[in-house]
Amino acid sequence: MKEIVIISGKGGTGKTSITASFASFAATKAVLADCDVDAADLHLILKPVIRNRTEFRSGYKATIKLDKCTGCGKCLELCRFEAVRDVTTWDKLPGIIYTIDPVACEGCGVCVRFCPSQAIDFNEEICGEWFISDTRFGPMVHAKLGIASENSGKLVTLVRKEARRIAQEKGAEYVLIDGSPGIGCPVIASLTAASLALIVTEPTVSGVHDLRRIAMLTKKMGIPAMVCINKWDINQSITEEIRQITDSLGLQFAGLLRYDKAVTASQRQQKTLPEYSSEGVVRDVMNVWECVVGAAEQKGFKKGIDHNGNEH
Amino acid sequence: MKIAVASGKGGTGKTTISTNLALYVAGQGYDTVYFDCDVEEPNGHLFLRPVITKKEASSIPVPVIDESKCNACGECVRFCEYKALVRLGKIVMVFPELCHGCGGCTIGCPNHAIQEQEREIGIIEAGQSGKVGFVHGRMNIGEAMSPPLIRDVLQQIPNKEVNIIDAPPGTSCPVIASIRDTDFVVLVTEPTPFGLNDLGLALDMIRELGIPHGVVVNRAEDGNRDAESFCEKRQVEILAQIADDRRIAECYSKGELILIGVPGVQKRFEELWQAIRKRLMA
Repeated sequence: MKEIVIISGKGGTGKTSITASFASFAATKAVLADCDVDAADLHLILKPVIRNRTEFRSGYKATIKLDKCTGCGKCLELCRFEAVRDVTTWDKLPGIIYTIDPVACEGCGVCVRFCPSQAIDFNEEICGEWFISDTRFGPMVHAKLGIASENSGKLVTLVRKEARRIAQEKGAEYVLIDGSPGIGCPVIASLTAASLALIVTEPTVSGVHDLRRIAMLTKKMGIPAMVCINKWDINQSITEEIRQITDSLGLQFAGLLRYDKAVTASQRQQKTLPEYSSEGVVRDVMNVWECVVGAAEQKGFKKGIDHNGNEH
Repeated sequence: MKIAVASGKGGTGKTTISTNLALYVAGQGYDTVYFDCDVEEPNGHLFLRPVITKKEASSIPVPVIDESKCNACGECVRFCEYKALVRLGKIVMVFPELCHGCGGCTIGCPNHAIQEQEREIGIIEAGQSGKVGFVHGRMNIGEAMSPPLIRDVLQQIPNKEVNIIDAPPGTSCPVIASIRDTDFVVLVTEPTPFGLNDLGLALDMIRELGIPHGVVVNRAEDGNRDAESFCEKRQVEILAQIADDRRIAECYSKGELILIGVPGVQKRFEELWQAIRKRLMA
């Protein structure tokens, strides 16, 4: 079983449209995982029917018991996350007590532990929900991070673990993972120990810049990576530059996807690209899929990628 | 005044809006600074091409254990919420990349065996691009946590008239660190199902934070009213619309500012700035 992660560094390059198309091509041989837990969109195309929902509990938040707070200010002094705010009170001396801004609270527990009046509670947080669902292309695991919640990396890890478990149970050949933009904690959690990463970029100066950074991350983590260029015909000279960068970084090239209005049109009809059309960009995505599957099956793919991850 | 530019979905045009807005506002005679808080993938410098005059490391304090004083009592290991300290037999090991830098282990160590050392997580660069002041952060590759670096970038806020903050995509901690102390947030969306779904998530987040906000519809198409109906339903003001125009896409692809490169765009930024001013004066 291979875990294929679709990532991009830069947002909005087409990860979700490509993941949904791959789900179509893989027919029922894949389990799908939406690991973009703070802006999930894959469900808009795959329309999952939720079979199982579970609360995601992770981390703690501090709350000051106003009746016990003496206003000594120890929490304000110790908190490094600017989460302690003062409140004027007319009920007691010295006239100031403190509250915790739940959004800024990092859940470290320092104020709880060192409050001389034991006036601070520390409660486990519900940070969202995750789901096991059925789609027309097979099982899907997805999640919704709570509003202004933390721990997206842990939620990604949980979603992937469930997807892997289901894939093993069903004997599925692939887990297809829709990743999030950036290079931080949810992306690292999406990539850890994956079989292959497909980096989706676009021919813009931002696309090039962000490709270099995400490629350095995959190298550093030892994850084999391939590159495809979406909307390649928007700027052909930058497309050429990306092909050269791909070579120089020792990454495999997975193909070019043309600019095609069918991408948004299919999205509006809640269809994957292959369900919407059999021409234009769909053929390009098909070629990329074949390339990715070929690479995932090929042994020793990791050869040719050096692991020293320096930024250049 | 601090104005953040955010979006749920990535690639909707945050950097385009924030860099060009900064240029427009500076052109109106305001002392303006642009802050790139998308420290995982900062792109603003590609468009503003600033002359960098200041560069410094951003770091968080992580524990270092003095083995001569540590008796492996395990107090720090029990305290740490992030599992950044682990006891192996008679030694305590630190996993610095898991540490959030709260300082609890250091204060709580009964043997005073823990000291803190700064660990670099990224760099901050500042400079000037014509009339626009420039600050950005760049997170080191392989680091997981961007909020401390984002907080450091925003610490650089000088006493300028207009500070424009380019936020990262999403709705979780990096975005919140970027926008929580701002006066107004511009949410950039595109009139597609993905764009509007993620705009909905961003609105949920921003209403939780209670910051005044409005929407810019980017890549707006003639005859498509999906964004208008969505914003009407969610009762949020559309501040400006920018048309889906291949000239804009090409100008952006080359790293050029559309305010300079595409005729007619100036008017859109004038509308956006007037709409923001009206809301901030109200």
